[in-house]
This record gives sequence, C-alpha cells and structure tokens, in this order.
Amino acid sequence: MSQEAIHSGDGPPDYYVPHSSALPIVGSTALFITAFGAGHFIQQSTDTVPTNTGSFGFWIFLIGLVAVACMMYSWFSTVVKESYQGLVSEKLDRSFRQTMFWFIVSEIMFFAAFFGALFHARVITVPWLAGASDNLQTHLLLWPDFADTWPLFLTPGGGLTQAMAAWGLPFINTVILVTSSVTITLAHWALKKNSRGPLKVWLGLTVLLGSVFLVLQVVEYVEAYHELGLTMSSGIYGSTFFMLTGFHGAHVTLGTIMLAVMLIRTMRGHFTADDHFAFEASSWYWHFVDVVWLGLFTFVYWF
Amino acid sequence: MIAHAETVPSGRNPLVKFILRWLLTTNHKEIGTLYLSLSFLLFFIGGAMALTFRAELAQPGLQLMGADFYNQMVTLHGLVMVFGAVMPAFVGLANWMIPLQIGASDMALPRLNNFSFWIMPFAFGLLLSSLFMPGGAPNFGWTFYAPLSTTYGPPSTDFMILGIHMMGISSILGAINIIVTIFNLRAPGMTLMKMPMFVWTWLITAFLLIMAMPVLAGVVTMMLTDRHFGTSFFEASGGGDPLIFQHVFWFFGHPEVYIMILPGFGIASEIIPVFARKRIFGYTSMVWATGSIAILSFVVWGHHMFATGMPLATELWFMYATMVIAIPTGVKVFNWVATMWGGSMTFETPMLFALGFVVMFTIGGLSGLMLAIAPVDFQYHDTFFVVAHIHYVLYPGAIFATMAAVYYWIPKWTGNMYDERLGKIHFWTAVIALNLTFFPMHFVGLAGMPRRIADYALPFTGLNTFATAGAFLLGLTQLLFLYIVIKTVRGGPKATDQVWEGAKGLEWTVPSPAPLHTFEVPPKVD
Repeated sequence: MSQEAIHSGDGPPDYYVPHSSALPIVGSTALFITAFGAGHFIQQSTDTVPTNTGSFGFWIFLIGLVAVACMMYSWFSTVVKESYQGLVSEKLDRSFRQTMFWFIVSEIMFFAAFFGALFHARVITVPWLAGASDNLQTHLLLWPDFADTWPLFLTPGGGLTQAMAAWGLPFINTVILVTSSVTITLAHWALKKNSRGPLKVWLGLTVLLGSVFLVLQVVEYVEAYHELGLTMSSGIYGSTFFMLTGFHGAHVTLGTIMLAVMLIRTMRGHFTADDHFAFEASSWYWHFVDVVWLGLFTFVYWF
Repeated sequence: MIAHAETVPSGRNPLVKFILRWLLTTNHKEIGTLYLSLSFLLFFIGGAMALTFRAELAQPGLQLMGADFYNQMVTLHGLVMVFGAVMPAFVGLANWMIPLQIGASDMALPRLNNFSFWIMPFAFGLLLSSLFMPGGAPNFGWTFYAPLSTTYGPPSTDFMILGIHMMGISSILGAINIIVTIFNLRAPGMTLMKMPMFVWTWLITAFLLIMAMPVLAGVVTMMLTDRHFGTSFFEASGGGDPLIFQHVFWFFGHPEVYIMILPGFGIASEIIPVFARKRIFGYTSMVWATGSIAILSFVVWGHHMFATGMPLATELWFMYATMVIAIPTGVKVFNWVATMWGGSMTFETPMLFALGFVVMFTIGGLSGLMLAIAPVDFQYHDTFFVVAHIHYVLYPGAIFATMAAVYYWIPKWTGNMYDERLGKIHFWTAVIALNLTFFPMHFVGLAGMPRRIADYALPFTGLNTFATAGAFLLGLTQLLFLYIVIKTVRGGPKATDQVWEGAKGLEWTVPSPAPLHTFEVPPKVD
C-alpha cells in the first residue's frame, strides 16, 4: 500500500495521510449486511413476527460477520505494516493511544446504560410496585400480593426463579479475572525489560485464564437455565443478570481474541521494549473488562 | 518532502474514477463534502415528510392519510432530521473546517473518517426501508417510548433499532477522530485557549457524543431484547418499568440536544466578530460557558419526564438544575450582543443568518425556561407548545447556524462568491416562513392541542392552516437555498483568499478554493 508521506526532514512523516482505501467502504457494507441479516435472523428465529418466515436471515448475518472480521484483519495488518515502514510518528502514536482511551470511555458508557437500568429497578421500580413512596394504590389494585425482594424471586406477573449465588462460580471467576489482570501486567513488565521468555509465559497464561473464565461462564449459564430456572425471561432480575453478564462475556471474548493475537504476534517477534502500542491497547482493554466485572460481581451477584 | 501519488489508478473510465474517488477518499475536505451532501439530501427527505403531515393538519378531520401513516411520518421526520440532517451537517462542517482552522493537513485518522461517513447512507437506507415493510414504518414518535415501541411497535422497529446502532457507531468513531485531531494536530503555537470557538465547541460536542451515544445503543438493545427475547426491562409485570426506558433514553437525549446546538454556538461566535469587525467579547467565558452547558446537560434529563409521577425531590432537582443552564447560555447571548456593541457592522448573508440564530434561538431558549418550571410543565407537556419550543431551538438554531456556516465558508470551499441578493431573499423568506410555521404552535399548544395526533378540535383550525401555509413556504425557500448552493459551486465572482474583510484565522490564509491538501507543513501561530 503506497503512502502519502509528508516529511519535514528525516524520520516519520509529520502527518499521516494514508492513500484512498477500500477498507472503510468494505467495512460499512459488511456492517450493513450484518445488521440487515441480524434483523431478519432475530425476527425469524424468535417467531414474534408472523410475516417474516424462513431462515435466510441467519446466513446473511453470518456472511456479514465474516466480512466484518476479514475487514478488521486486513485493516489491522495494514496498520501493522505501516508501522514497520516507519510511518508512525510520535504524534500518530499519541493519536492511537487517545483513540483507544476514548473508545474504552464509550464502552464504559454502554455498560452504564444497563447498570442504570439495574439500579433503577432495584432502588425505585421494585419497591414502588410493592407500594413504596406514594404508590400504595398501584400495589393494591394491580398486584396486592407482590413483595419487595432482591433478587426478585417472584415477579408481579407470577414468574418464579432462584438467584445465582455469589460465592460459587462467580467468585471463582472473580479470582480468575483479577489474577489475569496481574498476569497481563507482569507480561507488560517483561516486555518493557525485553525478556521475551517471561513475556510469552505471562501473556499465554492471561489468554488461558480468559478462556477458563468464559468456559466457567457457560457452565454457570447452563446451571442457571436448567437448575435455577433463571432465564432471560424470569423478570427484571433475569433480564439485568443476563444482559450485564452476557455483554460482559462478549467483551471478555473480544479481549481474549485481542490478547491471543498479541501472543501470536509476540511469537512472530513483533514488539520491542519501547514500541508495542497494540499490546498496551489490548491490556488496557483487558483491565477495563476486569473493572466492569468487579462492578458486576458487586451489584449483580453479591448485594 | 511531499509526495503525492494518484489516488485512483489512471486510465479508467471517468465515471468509475469519479465513483471510486468518493467511495475511497481519505481526504477531510472530500469527506466533509460527502457529509454535507448527505445531510442536505436527508434534510429534504425529512422536510418532505414534515410537509406531508402538515398538509394533513391544514384542516381538522382526516383528509389525506390515516392516523397510522401520519404517525409514521412524524416519527421518521424526527429521526431523519435529528440523526440525518442536523448531526451530519455539523460533522461535515467539522471535517472541512477543523483541520483548516487548527493548521493540520487532515484529520488524525483519515481512513476511520471515511468509515464513519459511509456507515451513514447504509444506516439511513435501513431506517427508510422500514416504510416498505409489512406493518409500515415505526409509528411511535422519534423518542420511541416503551411500551409503544416494544409491545406495540411494528416489525420494522427492529430495523430502526439496528439502523440506530449503525448511526451510533458512526457518531462515536467520528467524535473520537475529532477529539484526537484537536488534541494532537494543532499547529505549533496554537494553544487550547487560542483555538477558534468553532473548534472549541466541537471538541466539547465530540465529548458529549462519546458519552451519550453508547447509552442510546444500550437503550435500543434493551428494546430489542424486550421485543424478542422475553426480558422485562420496560414491562411492569416482570418487575421492570417503562420509566426505565425514559430515564435511560433521556440520559442520552438531553446531551443530544446540546450536540445539536453547541457547534451552532461556535459558528455564531465565528461569524459575528467578523461582520462586527471586532474581536469576540469574552472568549474565555465563552469556552467556560460551553463546558458548563455540556456538564449540566448530563444532570437535567428528568425535565422531559415531569409529568410521569417522579417524587417531588426529583422534580425539584431537575427543575432547578435545568434553570441553571440559562446562566451559561445567557453568558453566550450577552457575549454575542457585546461583540456587536460599537462594532462596524455589515449585514451580508452569513451575518443575517447568525443574527437570526441569536434572536430566534433565544426565543426557543425562553420557551425552554417556561418548560423547565415543573408545575406549569404539567400544562405544556405533550402539547404543540413543546413542538414550538424544539423547532425554535433547532430550526433557527441548528439549521440557521449550518446555513450561516455554508454562506460564510462556501467561498473558501468553491472559490466562488454566492449570489448576495439571492442569499438575502433566502434569509428573509426563511425567517418569515419559519415564524409563520412555528409561532402559532405556541398558542395552539397553550390552548391544549396535543402533539403527534392527526386530527384536532375545530377551534385550532385557523392557526393550523397558517402553520401549514408557512411550512410549504419554508420548504420552497430551501429549494432556493439548494439553487444558490449549486449556482455557487458552478461559478460566480472569484473569492479572494481572505474572502471577508474582517476575517482572521488560519482558514483564510490558504487559497480560495482551498486546494485538496493544505498545511502540509504546519503553520506557525503566535
């Protein structure tokens, strides 16, 4: 890929103006295919829209996802190659760092929406449905038998569920994730000292811990569905439980993939002691995922 | 050393080359033009929808359409105008002007910039295709309140949700790019407190976008799972609450209102000093006022929900917090007026639009203060008074600011001066038409005419007929604007580099029209 290099002397260019690129338009087309397929897939698979039958939605959705993944692979490898051509100036490096920072901020706000729903339900909605504040009439007229408990075992409409205990698998998962935050930091320290051996060990261990976390979460979901009767449709407790842990799990999956890519790149000899932004970005992301989990453990499982 | 290679391999069919150029470009000026063009197109689509339901409202009773189609038009009009016309117009201006104003050669992440733009046409394709789906387009208003959008929404609601997800991705990536550009690519010597006001307001807007758009993504995701996967976020029988929808939605929605006006503040702060031939009055206070408005915008969302039965203490908090916003906004209006005080004023079209902005946005701001008072809001809530308020802040606010910016910078973009006489005709007819359209809505609203209803009681007829006539005139004036823009792009008196006598700033130091690549060597600012 040719580059429009703007130099004012030696070293990397002052400004980074890459050539016109087909990556973005491929990406936006792929995103559109994914969204279009997802809409049909959801309608066709949940049977809630009688006019939409068939199964093409799933395949379009899958094609879109594969296309998005290919685009991202190609985009990131382009950036890696550009970095090896010495095109990344200090200024651009700073831009990348800040971009990752703001991206993580936006991710935090995404989780904030679901935490907001959880807090409102616990602190306001459930007590109100049981008659708190000035809602006695709502309580008496609509659901006189409804009691204010959390976790909400019995919904106003009569849905029953059991709660997920905090100190079983969830606690083990907390230990795993916190440990993985330590191992990724040890990997980073090793990288900064240019000790490649420990770097590979600690990074590999982090990927492993991330994968174990995901496996245990699957085990936990199976237990919830089959033993506790806790599902997405068991009232607001199930809704917030699966929405928060589900999106968190999706982020752990993404983070694990990112770290696995970093491991492969390390094996291939990428990164130096003072130039390893991709590694750092992945580790920031991993810490973010970890911190969100601590919030989840505290407010979804524990209290 | 500067090396330019051909962007597209030569020797191809000119049409293919033309299409590839616009599909693949990484140039901030070209991407800015793409954003502005898309926004102009969607402005006319959203406007046509408005005229459709205004035609129905010309008389009481149902003449032209059923209530359901009326509701679909109202919903799509709102969504298209907010996400398709106003926001991309400001992003287009940011793309064109921020690098020129801070002395950078391009945006920090040019490929990402192209990605942010090209998501938009797909997102709106998805949204507008809902009109042709079984059950029709979304029909519950642009705020898509649960349970109207969950239990009762048509099947196309799912595609609206996915369209909103795509717009959100586009906005967040675009906002990150703008922040990073402003923080890292300023010319040497341009400290933060020397940045032009348009750059400052966009920096803060980008921050609002990053904070607010993910929350919108969260709320529409909850809608989707409530619709299809049995969750009960907004369903009381499962322990959820439709109010959760409103809280989360308006936590996004109120910053969104400022996303649609802060860049307009920046534009007015650019234009007024130039045509008053004075420095802007109170630059520092302008910056602080913008920041204060942004922070306050996150703690006032409940003023959209006064009539929902929130506890008294909550109502009081949201009422007083909302009123506090009048202080930084008042600082801004004061500064604009003080800038003009004792200046040598001339009234070219950009200045006319900027003045129209200041005067009529203030009218919208004052009706906003009325709406902020919780006890009286019980009367105004969900009436045409709210419609009048929002259109006074958005039409002479966001849209007039965009038009002012187009007249102000189009000589720099095209190298040609626009037709001053036609520009003045455009301004005055637009002012008359817009007041004819929206002013009567205050009265019918106070008298109790509800919004989002296709029919109305007989006593409201006269004022509604007025409003409909005004709306069609307003639509016509925008066709005149389209003509003026096309005419300027095609030719006209040549513009000088400085264009305006009182214009200062880096964008006026480059040739008119601005060449594709500018500031390849960063300029020095003292």
